[in-house]
Amino acid sequence: MSKIVLRGRKINGGSAEGEALVTKESLGGFGCFDFDTGKVNDFGHELYGQNVSGKILVFRTGKGSSAWSIAHQALRFVGKSPKAYVTKECNPQTVLGAVVARVPAVTEFDQDPTEVISTGDWVKVDADRGVVEITKK
Amino acid sequence: MLGSARDEQEMLEGKEGPARQKAMELLVKYAEGLGAERFVDTNNATVIVGSIPDVKIVEKVVPSLDVDEIASKFLLDSDERVVLDKVKAFTTTNATFRDQRYPELQRGGKPHCDLLQKMVDYLKRVGVIHLATCTPYQVGNIPMKGEHCAWTESSAVAFCNSVLGGRTNIEGLHSSFASAVTGKTPLWGMHLDENRLGKIIVDVEVDMELIRDWYLMGYYVGSQVGLDIPIYTHINRVPDLTRLMGLCAAGIASGSIVKFHIVGITPEAPTLEAAGGNGKNLKVLKFGKEERRIAYERLNHSDRDDVDIVVLGCPHAGLDRMRTIAGMLEGKRIHKNTRLYVTTCHLIKNLADKQGYTEMITKAGGSVWEDSCGLVLAVDPSTVFACDSAKMANYLPGETGSKNTWFGTTEECIQAALTGKWRGELR
Repeated sequence: MSKIVLRGRKINGGSAEGEALVTKESLGGFGCFDFDTGKVNDFGHELYGQNVSGKILVFRTGKGSSAWSIAHQALRFVGKSPKAYVTKECNPQTVLGAVVARVPAVTEFDQDPTEVISTGDWVKVDADRGVVEITKK
Repeated sequence: MLGSARDEQEMLEGKEGPARQKAMELLVKYAEGLGAERFVDTNNATVIVGSIPDVKIVEKVVPSLDVDEIASKFLLDSDERVVLDKVKAFTTTNATFRDQRYPELQRGGKPHCDLLQKMVDYLKRVGVIHLATCTPYQVGNIPMKGEHCAWTESSAVAFCNSVLGGRTNIEGLHSSFASAVTGKTPLWGMHLDENRLGKIIVDVEVDMELIRDWYLMGYYVGSQVGLDIPIYTHINRVPDLTRLMGLCAAGIASGSIVKFHIVGITPEAPTLEAAGGNGKNLKVLKFGKEERRIAYERLNHSDRDDVDIVVLGCPHAGLDRMRTIAGMLEGKRIHKNTRLYVTTCHLIKNLADKQGYTEMITKAGGSVWEDSCGLVLAVDPSTVFACDSAKMANYLPGETGSKNTWFGTTEECIQAALTGKWRGELR
């Protein structure tokens, strides 16, 4: 099966692999997750009702409240974190969120990851090298 | 290089104690992730302690609820329990999101109120000033133009950068507290001149008299511009504090607007050229009646027009709002099926008490809450809300579980409180 490789910049080190959950929209933190399940409960968001737990979460960038980092850290504390973040753009919410959620994260790729990756694709993230390898579904 | 300044080195080596060491380590990881090359000194931080997760999650991580352990894990992301003596920077608290007088009306009840009181006592112990508001600039923490800050609270971040000309990125609880502890913040993003220029011109075609329309403009533009800084042009009114607070709050609720310019109004935008650099390649976005309606319709969704709860004061109501709301309610009576909350901070509420505004509101059947937020009300998911803030309307479904939200003018909200029915419309 053909593989696609994206090269970007490390936000937070480490490696992970898993199924992608992709949104072209920016993603919030505060008021966006059900901490019992890991489901997105941001009403009106493209990912509403989808579960981020254990996924390679692919999104444009962080948005909304500065409580972003605490929400993403809380997902770790309840065992519902995504396995990695892959973002098109980098902003403080995304970076601090990745650091305190302690997940590998990569950004600023040679191509837009929200275009190249589709939900359900198998994605390997090597954050230290800034490399993301995609096997299409 | 990051962390190479002498004082930074000493903190990293633990010479100023383990709490400063952990805070500095966190800031280094954060700054590396951002791509920052060095730190800048800051003497102005605001910490959003009210965003700490529900007490049930905190208790799972720290069963003893020992406050130093909670602070280590939830404020500094340190697995090791560290005890902090004092913060370095001038630091104030954001809204705690709980009015201690009404624990049972807010999510998490008394256990969560008690946890937040414990955190507030901790913050005072380490030298943080307890302003308890999402609008610190209203009550004594007022950044000056060019001042490097480490602020939390999205709407306040936008206000600091856009209206005051202060410089802050949108910090989280962890990074702002680490900045408070160390007096450092990454020299990145909004701290650098070149990142403060506008990228998109917003051509405003509607009359901007109503406060409502400042929220709608921010809400629409926030959903369109991504991380780019908008430059608002052709605005036909000089906005007051309430209107600017609304624009700030809405643009970062629907999106990520940490800074905007209004030509002729905000301090870094004396002219379009100044706001946008030489700005040959600026994109243009229209804000006319159609765009206003798109934002309005995204914020209004309810399956019935009976209103259960009216929430005013997002961001925290200022003195002019308190005066206006009290005036609208004087001598009137709120409908028996409807509750009305006006949220502000304790300093403004103290003034409203002395001025007689609180009594005017409570005599009509309303309630003035201090240091809290309508988003934390413990409600049944079928509850119908009405509010005059696009930020409130944006977050209500996710925070309270209720999908029934009406958004409109303050007058429409007061009418809803008095009659129990929503009759708002966008003409």
